[in-house]
Parts: sequence; C-alpha cells; structure tokens
Amino acid sequence: MSQTTAPFHTPADLAEALRLLAAHPEAVPVAGGTDLMVAVNYRLTRPAAMLDLTRLAELREWTDEGDAIRIGSGVPYARITAELATVLPGLAAAARTVGSPQIRNRGTLGGNLATASPAGDGHPPLLATGADIEIASARGTRTVPVEAFFTGPKRSVLQPGELITAVTVPKAAGPQQFLKVGTRNAMVIAVCSLAVALDLDARRLGTGIGSAGPTPLTAPDANLIELPWGRTGLFNDALAEEFGRRVAAAARPIDDVRGTAAYRRHALAVCAARALRRVWTAAHGGSGR
Amino acid sequence: MRVEMRVDGEPAAAEIDRPGESLLATLRDRLGLYGTKNACEQGECGSCTVLLDGDPVCACLVATAQCEGREVKTVIGAVPRPVRDAFIACGAVQCGFCTPGLLVSVADLLTREADPSDLQIREALAGNLCRCTGYEKIIDAVHAAAETMAGAVPDQAPARAHLRHDQWIRLAGTPRTAGDSREDAP
Repeated sequence: MSQTTAPFHTPADLAEALRLLAAHPEAVPVAGGTDLMVAVNYRLTRPAAMLDLTRLAELREWTDEGDAIRIGSGVPYARITAELATVLPGLAAAARTVGSPQIRNRGTLGGNLATASPAGDGHPPLLATGADIEIASARGTRTVPVEAFFTGPKRSVLQPGELITAVTVPKAAGPQQFLKVGTRNAMVIAVCSLAVALDLDARRLGTGIGSAGPTPLTAPDANLIELPWGRTGLFNDALAEEFGRRVAAAARPIDDVRGTAAYRRHALAVCAARALRRVWTAAHGGSGR
Repeated sequence: MRVEMRVDGEPAAAEIDRPGESLLATLRDRLGLYGTKNACEQGECGSCTVLLDGDPVCACLVATAQCEGREVKTVIGAVPRPVRDAFIACGAVQCGFCTPGLLVSVADLLTREADPSDLQIREALAGNLCRCTGYEKIIDAVHAAAETMAGAVPDQAPARAHLRHDQWIRLAGTPRTAGDSREDAP
C-alpha cells in the first residue's frame, strides 16, 4: 500500500512498530478499534496517521510463565474468555461482560489499558491480582505494576512512542469473582464493578473497583480484613458486610449519567459482601448466597 | 491509499483517502454493498455486523486499511439459505434494518453451535439490537434454521412447541431453488 495520501502504517513485527512509532509520533496505534473508531466516526478525532497493531504476532499470543500468564496486549477478549477461564477466572469473567460478541472479537486488554477509562472492565481483575503491565518503546521495555499505571480519568503513565505489549497476571491461587452493575447484560458501561481474588496460599485478599473513582481503584483497607483462615466455619455475614463497607469507603465515585455516587457506594457494598461470601464458600464450603 | 481484500469471496479494492475510514463506509460508499447497514457507528447496534476472517465484528469499528489481504463476508456471502428462509417464515423480519446484521451473527452462531439453546442464542445475539420484534420470533427463527440445517424435514419433524402450525407450513413450503423465494415472503 502506498502511504502518500493517508498514512496507515502496517508494521509486520513489534520492532518495526516501535521504530515507526518513534519516527511518526503522530500515528495513533489501533488494534480492535472499539474505542478509537467510535471517536473517529463521531469526528471527535481525526488521526493524521494510524498504526495497525493487528498484524503483530508477538502481541496476539499468551504464554504460561509458570506462576503467571503473560497475555499479549492484542489478545482479544473472546480468547481470554475461551482460553483462560481456568487459570484467570476473574479476568475471564470480566472479559465475558465486555460489550457484545462483536466487540469481544476485536477489543483487547491492551486497548482497555491504553484508553484507561475508570470504567474499563479489564482493570478490576488486574488490580485484584496485582498484574504487571509491560510497556515497550524504541528506547526499551519497562514494567509497571497495574496499581501505578492509572494516573487519572483516561490518563495513564503511557508516554508518546510507547506501546503496551503484554500484561502478566498471576495465576489464580483461589476463587475469584467479578461483579458488574449495569442496565442490561450486554453492551453496558459499568455503573460500578468489582473484582475479588482470594489467595489461599498467601492467605490474602485482593480487590479491584471499577467505575467508582477517577481511576480504577484498589481497596487496601478492605484487603486487610481479618478472615478466619484457621477456623473457616467462623466466616459470617457480619464479616462480609464489614468488607462491603470498607470497599464502599475506598471508592471515590461521582454523580454522572450512569448513576449517582450514593448508589455506586451502596451497590459496591452489596457486591463486595456478595463476592466475598462467594469466594469464601467456593474455597471452604458453606452456604454462599 | 489502495486497500485490497476479499469481499464475499471476490477480490475487491478500494481507494481510501483517510486512515480512519471504516470498513462500513468502504463497503457502502465505495463498493456499493448496501446490505451492511449503518445505524449507530459506535458498535452498539450490530446492524453492520460482517465476518472478518470468519469472526463477527462491527464493520463500523474496523479501519478499512486493517483489512488489507483479509476476508470479509457480508450478509450476501455469509448467510446460508436456511437462515434467511427461517427469518422470513418465522416473522423475524419487521422493519428489516437490523436483519442483515442479525443474519450474519446467526450464521456464525450456527457454524459454532449446531443446536443452540435459547441462552446461547441470546448471548450470541446480544450485540444486535432489534427495536421491532421483541426478539422472540428471532429466537424461533434461529431454532428453525438450526433444525433445517441439521437435515430435519420440517413437515415430517414434530412441530416445535414454540412455533405455530402455520409457521411450519410456510417454512416447509419455502422454495429451495434460488431466485423464487419472494412469493413466500410475508
């Protein structure tokens, strides 16, 4: 293809993509296009040049790294749901709630992160499990813990010339949950969402909150709630509700078109209590509701 | 910039003048393929669903330049005859605007799942909005198409509880030869 009138760069591998991006900083990277093309179609942006990521084989595979899965940033949600549900149940559950089948066939975790919407469905499970984001540029590669990745609404540490290449997610060491509140099952931007990961080896709890703050959030105080690891039968509703209160307290929601701040806090408390009951019951038995 | 791809089994080329031109715009405005409908242009409605290398996608969210060398199938090339016939026979078409996108999604579902459950159908069609039918007749049509494609002869198969008798009569009577199906359309 000639690139005289409409520069659309189609690198064949990652090294070429990084070189092109360094030489053409105005080129907007595109993979699934599920965010970018909406903006283009509605004339909110008119890229002078674009750079296609869909032909970069390096970005479109996931690999088993032993205690973690390294997911190429260009693996679409449909494959995360279909192929990683056993090892990454929280992320796979979140991927299944993204958009619609058409969107999940195109949309990628890398795009979700690059957009850095507080409502991105992929983010809470990454926060709950302590994933690492791998970022490459012509200058080299760096790894950023997901908690340090988001800097504001639709803002992240990603710099011009950088590409997200992979996300490394620790394999589940216990039950995980992803709960999302919205007006229907499909094609919904979360009113709020919550991921919980129970790590039975480290006896640790992880949380990720979506769509209830300027960025996706963790709930450090909720993670430290004292769980009856030694006598698992002592788990009760009061404990689940206290966890819910702490998660709600960690949220920093606003009123917007999708819901009020008060509703988001309330829904998060309910979701968190429910999620904790479910993971605890899945791990130790009892009556989960 | 020239982009070459295959559309409905034939080579197709388009000259595009901006990098963000969507596959939807190219199909309709440059290649004259109006079967792919333009409604929301934000991936919400599924009217522009096509198969890209076999996967259902919203053509409005694909940059045409990403399709160099790729295989695109629209409602013309993606949909087996029994799927279309079942939509007509079951009254799953009203205003018709969502129909091409739905047909493509159903065609994809039936290649993956020969006899889908209601739940599987609802999940597979969650990205296709229909504001006329209330979806029930669309779900009937998917079951009917699945049954026809499985080789069941409608007038010998036991009637499905959710299909009215006259719907089966019309389904059984839908002509199989190309080009003469119009008389059966409602």
